[in-house]
Amino acid sequence: MRLAALRPKPPSFPITRRFFEYAGGLALLFLDTMRYIFTLRFRPSEVVRQTYFLIVQSLPIITLTSGFTGLVISLETAVQAVQFGFSGLIGGSVAYGTVRELGPLLTGIVFAGRAGAAITAQLGSMVVTEQIEAYQSMGTSPTRVLVVPRVLACVIGMPMLTIFADVVAVYGGYYMAWLRVHLSSYTYWHSAQNMIDFTDFEKGLLKAAVFGLIVGIVAAYEGFRTEGGAEGVGRVTTQAVVTSIILIFAFNFALSFVLFR
Amino acid sequence: MISEPNTSAPETPFKLPAENIAISMQHVDLLYGSKVVLSDCSIDCERSKVTTIIGLSGAGKSTILRLMNGLRRPNAGHIFVNGEDITPKTERELIEVRKRMGFAFQAAALFDSLTVFENVSYPLYEHTKLSRKEIEKKVSDTLESLGLSDVSDRLPAELSGGMQKRVGFARAIVNEPEIIFFDEPTTGLDPIMTNVITDTIKTIQERLRATSVVVMHDMPSVYAISDNISMLFEGTVIASGPAKDFRRSQNPIIQQFLQGSEIGPIPL
Repeated sequence: MRLAALRPKPPSFPITRRFFEYAGGLALLFLDTMRYIFTLRFRPSEVVRQTYFLIVQSLPIITLTSGFTGLVISLETAVQAVQFGFSGLIGGSVAYGTVRELGPLLTGIVFAGRAGAAITAQLGSMVVTEQIEAYQSMGTSPTRVLVVPRVLACVIGMPMLTIFADVVAVYGGYYMAWLRVHLSSYTYWHSAQNMIDFTDFEKGLLKAAVFGLIVGIVAAYEGFRTEGGAEGVGRVTTQAVVTSIILIFAFNFALSFVLFR
Repeated sequence: MISEPNTSAPETPFKLPAENIAISMQHVDLLYGSKVVLSDCSIDCERSKVTTIIGLSGAGKSTILRLMNGLRRPNAGHIFVNGEDITPKTERELIEVRKRMGFAFQAAALFDSLTVFENVSYPLYEHTKLSRKEIEKKVSDTLESLGLSDVSDRLPAELSGGMQKRVGFARAIVNEPEIIFFDEPTTGLDPIMTNVITDTIKTIQERLRATSVVVMHDMPSVYAISDNISMLFEGTVIASGPAKDFRRSQNPIIQQFLQGSEIGPIPL
């Protein structure tokens, strides 16, 4: 009788319920993390260590993706632009698309796949080996010691990587324009300077910081949700990357809508 | 990580525990999803004594330790620690309760990126204002008392299973807690290392006079360290009492468990 009263009834809308539980969990972790950040209760040395680790880890793949992106935009536009007499727009189109959209977006996606997955796998393994419970049992908040340094590292690291990605992509675009249509350096860079200003660059970096925050919070949350052994770690790692990428696309649209009106 | 709050728990009767009871679990129910893990489970742990919880694998013994530490929240019932009900406490309030506790995990749960010294000193750096020199002294004294003085610079992966368990003990006791939980400290060890661990627990108990709650299967070790024994069966404590009286119990379930017999009321 006692247990019959205790047993939970099946929820009426299981998918809706799961969605709100997930969103609520993310929001609670975000608020908890912000509380520790704004009260300065974290170790700066750990933030530096994590930032270095995440940037170094992501740098090679971001160089490749941003370099090829710059090359392909230039490749697609250079010949047509020269044919129609718009060669003065090649540098601008590459810089415009990269700094405002593709730089932060592609860096965010690659960062989610590289750094986000690493964070989730690391925290997930700590859950499986009871290390997270060990922190809790000692009266230490795992959010403070594990999540805060990683989230800060993501928020700091993403804009730094985006600057790097922007530079590589725009230079890649110049190289392709020179190779395909022998565009002069002056025409390319003059066009780039005319099409974008510093606020575009700043807004792109703001987007990058938001994407870093998304990757950090989602990766940590998924890591803490790990159940079971190695299979569970694999499952949450995949889930973290997928969720981060979806949120990055959604927030990219929202931020572009707000920032570049 | 985020445990469910006790919001929908039906009101259960409780009484304030006596002065000599450090931990009192009263009428606790716990469900994992729709599976009933504990049902109307009550247990008292005497102050400065060793209480050992025995029972079948998967009976919920380790879960009881986590409930007492506040790592899990019950669906119903009350848990008193030093006369204070911890069930309605928030996660932040529980942090203060846990600072007075030590927890030795079944698989040691050492932080794998930190050395033995860093693992053991962690609670001191977190919760005390001791100088680095004082911490170094305290850690080396603790490691020495557990026969681990020459491994302080090693990483957990470089230690044997028995050594990892002892480092886990060192981390649990380094700040001299009032309450210590030992989760299956001898599981997976050879007979010699089982004896070493049993002796270590006895040494810790003699030194600290803490309230210890142990989950264990190995009966010779249980008799060697325990002041009181409680038997958990089908989600509830079916018998509790002094260790010396326990083996004379007439309860057929206890007798079958102690003898390790396949025949009896315990379903296989």
